[in-house]
Amino acid sequence: MTLLAVERIKLFTTRSPWWCTLIALVLTIGFGALMAGTSEENIAPLTIAATQFGYTFGLVVVMVMAALAITTEYRFSTIRATFLAVPNRPTALIAKATVVAVLAAIVGEIAAFGSWGIARLMKPNVDLAINTAYEWRAVAGVGLVYGISAVVAVAVGVLLRHSAGAIAVLLIWNQLVEPLVQLIPKVGDDIHKWLPFNVANKLITGNPDPSTRDVLQGPPPSDAVLGPWPALAAFAGFAVVLFGIALVVANRRDA
Amino acid sequence: MIEAVGLTKSYGKTLAVDNLSFSVPTGRVTGFLGPNGAGKSTTMRMILGLDTPTGGSALIDGKRYRDLHQPLRTVGALLDAKWVHPNRSARAHLQWLARSNQLPAKRVDEVLEIVGLTAVANKRAGGFSLGMSQRLGIAAALLGDPQVLLFDEPVNGLDPEGILWIRKFMHRLAEEGRTVFVSSHLLSEMALTAQELVVIGRGKLISQSSTEDFVAQATENTVRVRGPQLAALRSALGQAGVSIRDEGESLVVSGMDCADIGELAARTQTVLHELSPQRGSLEEAFMQLTGDSVEYHTEIADGPTPATLVPAGK
Repeated sequence: MTLLAVERIKLFTTRSPWWCTLIALVLTIGFGALMAGTSEENIAPLTIAATQFGYTFGLVVVMVMAALAITTEYRFSTIRATFLAVPNRPTALIAKATVVAVLAAIVGEIAAFGSWGIARLMKPNVDLAINTAYEWRAVAGVGLVYGISAVVAVAVGVLLRHSAGAIAVLLIWNQLVEPLVQLIPKVGDDIHKWLPFNVANKLITGNPDPSTRDVLQGPPPSDAVLGPWPALAAFAGFAVVLFGIALVVANRRDA
Repeated sequence: MIEAVGLTKSYGKTLAVDNLSFSVPTGRVTGFLGPNGAGKSTTMRMILGLDTPTGGSALIDGKRYRDLHQPLRTVGALLDAKWVHPNRSARAHLQWLARSNQLPAKRVDEVLEIVGLTAVANKRAGGFSLGMSQRLGIAAALLGDPQVLLFDEPVNGLDPEGILWIRKFMHRLAEEGRTVFVSSHLLSEMALTAQELVVIGRGKLISQSSTEDFVAQATENTVRVRGPQLAALRSALGQAGVSIRDEGESLVVSGMDCADIGELAARTQTVLHELSPQRGSLEEAFMQLTGDSVEYHTEIADGPTPATLVPAGK
């Protein structure tokens, strides 16, 4: 608990988490408003999935925030001050990842329910009540994906130690590599089904079969073969393994 | 007490620290002296568990740093004053440090008071001058009221006022019975600050002794004689078989002390304007000892110049 408090003080006494939180919320909720504003009853009806259209953009910002939380420690060598105060490096880094993940999850939930809420306000006549398990996952699942993605971002930050490098890897991976893998002949689609962010997306867009709905009515659907909850577990497992590697490396490396 | 035994650190083929053994006695200021690149910072980082030694070990009161429970209560360190997030306030920086070792929050205000930063405690540390950053670093080192303190080049880049402040501060810490281990490449500074000296060059131990012994061993004591009519004295000294060197208007005599030279001058009825013992400076002693172990030699010929001699007793 002590170390969680330490990391909380560290996180909120710098500016970047505040800015990233603000940008993430404006982006996602803004997209929710955009979807609500441009929806038309017969051509493109507003659905709960559609209100979450902007979640991937907020995800990118949240991962930037999470990566910066650790890379700025390397940039300003406060990581050394941290390891002097807490020589047990894994516990210090686990505390950091926990605090960052909790913040990311809270941002995710505010973003998701904010997007949904603004759509309800703008289109009071459309039925946007959250009833089914799928609808709950589509909204509340955003926070879970954000939280786990933050752990992935912290792990990449620990491994690379440079803000620009870590952010570049995260963005290129999430935004370019995963979609572009599908272009590889024959095996591309099979690989894509198991890539981590695509798997995570299954929680939010999967079941009922998303291929039956209009692509524009929500975030691009996932083609992962796992069910929504196993997909989330797989994504969490991936995050834990990557973070574990980061802990081993940080423990051995000269600070 | 800090003890290094066979401490070794290599980066690929380069040996930064080479089988270094020394001990830092309790309750004294021990200087850690060496030219730039001698391995001082690397050694300090290994003592503090930041870098893993390739061989050997460093123990603080018999324990490895990484095995200490709440280490800020045992060891305080200032390795680099810039290890602060520039957008974080001085108080916030100390707050998270204090919290990490379960130190009371009021301790933050105490150390801010000790180093005189209370007025700027809520300002961002990125806007601090080097002197203020140094004070913040010392405040952080003092948070846990530790008995052992390590400072790496604490006066580097400071103005005279800052240097004086740090020097007084070191003495105060030692007077309180703490163990202070302070590195520097500024020898004259160490002569004023440290009672003990650990001298290294190219990662190897050159000597460990008291500062006085180090200077006495490594320097030649001479006497400077100045006057309007030195010819008679010169020949008398020549007969006594001591070596004489001309330095501008004066003679530098080695091998005879002031009293004997004074009596000789009286006998030869020589008027003297100056008769002063000269003690070799730490710089000279240092250059003599580390002369062949400096990592980056310069092309400038380094003969002894009058400016490097300081009068004794300073």
